[in-house]
Amino acid sequence: MLPKNWIPEWFDDWTAKNPINIFGPAIWIGGAGGAIFVAAMLVSWGNPLETESLQTGPRGTGMSVTKPVDVLATPDPSVADYFGDPPYEIAEDEPLAKDIYENVQVLGDLSEGNFTRIMASITQWVAPEEGCAYCHAGANEGNYADDDLYTKVVARSMIQMTQSINDDWYPHVNANAEVGVNCYTCHRGEHVPSDVWFRIAPVNEGVAGWSANQNRATAQSQSTSLPSDALEKYLLEYESIKVHSLEAHVSENPSDVGVATWQNTERTFSLMNYFSNSLGRNCVFCHNSRAFYDGGQVTPQWATASLGIQMVQEINNDWLVPLTDVFPAERLGPVYDDVAKVACRTCHKGYQQPLQGQNMIRDYPELAASGPPVYE
Amino acid sequence: MPDYQNIFTQVQVRGPVEMGMATDFDTASERAGKGGFSTLAGWVGNAQLGPIYLGWFGIISLITGTLWFNIVGFNMLAQVGWSIPEFIRQLFWLALEPPSPEYGLKMPPLNDGGWYIISSFFLLISVMCWWARSYHLAMQHKMGKHVAWAFASAIWLFLVLGLFRPILMGSWSEAVPYGIFPHLDWTTAFSIRYGNLYYNPFHALSIVFLYGSVLLFAMHGATILAVTRYGGDRELEQIYDRGTASERAALFWRWTMGFNATMEGIHRWAWWFAVLTPITGGIGILLTGTVVDNWFIWAQEHHFAPMYDGSYGYADYGSYEAFIGKGN
Repeated sequence: MLPKNWIPEWFDDWTAKNPINIFGPAIWIGGAGGAIFVAAMLVSWGNPLETESLQTGPRGTGMSVTKPVDVLATPDPSVADYFGDPPYEIAEDEPLAKDIYENVQVLGDLSEGNFTRIMASITQWVAPEEGCAYCHAGANEGNYADDDLYTKVVARSMIQMTQSINDDWYPHVNANAEVGVNCYTCHRGEHVPSDVWFRIAPVNEGVAGWSANQNRATAQSQSTSLPSDALEKYLLEYESIKVHSLEAHVSENPSDVGVATWQNTERTFSLMNYFSNSLGRNCVFCHNSRAFYDGGQVTPQWATASLGIQMVQEINNDWLVPLTDVFPAERLGPVYDDVAKVACRTCHKGYQQPLQGQNMIRDYPELAASGPPVYE
Repeated sequence: MPDYQNIFTQVQVRGPVEMGMATDFDTASERAGKGGFSTLAGWVGNAQLGPIYLGWFGIISLITGTLWFNIVGFNMLAQVGWSIPEFIRQLFWLALEPPSPEYGLKMPPLNDGGWYIISSFFLLISVMCWWARSYHLAMQHKMGKHVAWAFASAIWLFLVLGLFRPILMGSWSEAVPYGIFPHLDWTTAFSIRYGNLYYNPFHALSIVFLYGSVLLFAMHGATILAVTRYGGDRELEQIYDRGTASERAALFWRWTMGFNATMEGIHRWAWWFAVLTPITGGIGILLTGTVVDNWFIWAQEHHFAPMYDGSYGYADYGSYEAFIGKGN
């Protein structure tokens, strides 16, 4: 405890004779001092919310992609985890896989060494823990020929699909530079790739029509209230995403067949929102948002993305749906027992280019097209 | 006086409950409740709550409004399988949607918009009765009907969205869903479907009046608070007996921007700006899909959507690799 009269008398006298409002100055000094402190911290430590922008359209259109710098500085962890093994020199008189192994239906034209190399790579990409036995039931007994595991049948089809994607959809998977795809592009070390989807609509009980397929936070709606059936309508059933009238005045009725309504627009929006989340980009990466439909005001990425829609339609219908009966029940969808299907995010995983543009095909010319591989 | 210089009223005078004036009509007998006081209400306004006059319009409005609210709520609950936790979890996502387009203006099945039509009917009665009430009460108090007509301007927009435009489009499916996020989805989809509503001049006008209302409200509120020390808060007296508060407020704006409203006229400015917001907005909605199907193309035809010179695509402005921090 301080003594009662610890303040000298002269101080009390002086303050009594010179009354000063210290609260006003204190607020000013506190406010200004706080501002200076914040400014000093920002200068010395940097802006914690700093962003970087990439312009995507002419000045005046507001077209730019903005990302926090720390997000941009963090690489996709899959890039470091990737296992790649370049082709082996082919020894003279080295036998081909089809000549020494039984039941090699797709990669038979590979030399023995490169065939083994590819098989080892696929193991790393798809079943790193189970190894060969994940697809070859008799691997431990030296029997690799049997097709008695569904995983092997699926894998064969997936190898053909990979060749088709790299060859037939070359402009999409090599849009900016040679990138291509291999198993790891989707699988990333997992048996079933992440971000696959199943049919779930209708999502609401006791209702029919448009009421039934929207207004629920689902993975398919990307947790929005937009329709949950956009992926199945557009990426499985080939429905058109177009909703606009291309003239200022048209005569049409919303109840006529084929007339796009605001409900159709919501479904397109649902797909576009999925697109945007899958690539970690915004609308104006492809569109001038003032006229979404106008092909004269889009970026080159719009063409790449449009190709992507067609590619996914083909992957789902030509490669995955035919495998429905091959899969065991636990691999099929929860509502319709449908096969797992792909969409943008299955490969892209939130990045504009899968694995941030890592070249996935350079080391694997065997997967670049069907037929005998071409080594450079 | 300093006690009033706060957004919260710090002085609350309490006396007997103020029962209001007697009118030519027998409103007194229809006033519900005896009235009471709330300190909380007193902080932001009048501490007295009630009595309230409902009348037949008020009673019908509350009953039909409650019916609408419950039909919407129970439809949402049915959609999640009558699960209360799921209802709470998905509440902002759920909606009572208008019918699917194929039913046109026919009565759709209950599970595909039928309940929407029924609930909308009750909502229509509810809103109209509440409007009649605002007119009726103003009449009984021998007031002007300014509140009722201002409310009517909002009802105009409401009717355009849910009644006039769907009829002109030939389908109830064009109406707006009853749901928190879903009605916002409708708004976005509506704009995109018809080629960007920002190129609709009536939409632009509506925005002007909306933001204008906000600006006028702030200017007027600030001005009156600033001259309250000269009695400016007694606005009605200042209108017919202009005092130094009005003079100072007028001089302030005239010397600031060369023009000032009058103590009476500022209220007409504010009323018209507010009222024109939904009137112009409603016109814009009514024209969309009925008269104009693509506002961007319409704007190009009328030469007010400029074309921009320059390339599209990031390759012309920098490289993707540089953006993600991998080389140039």
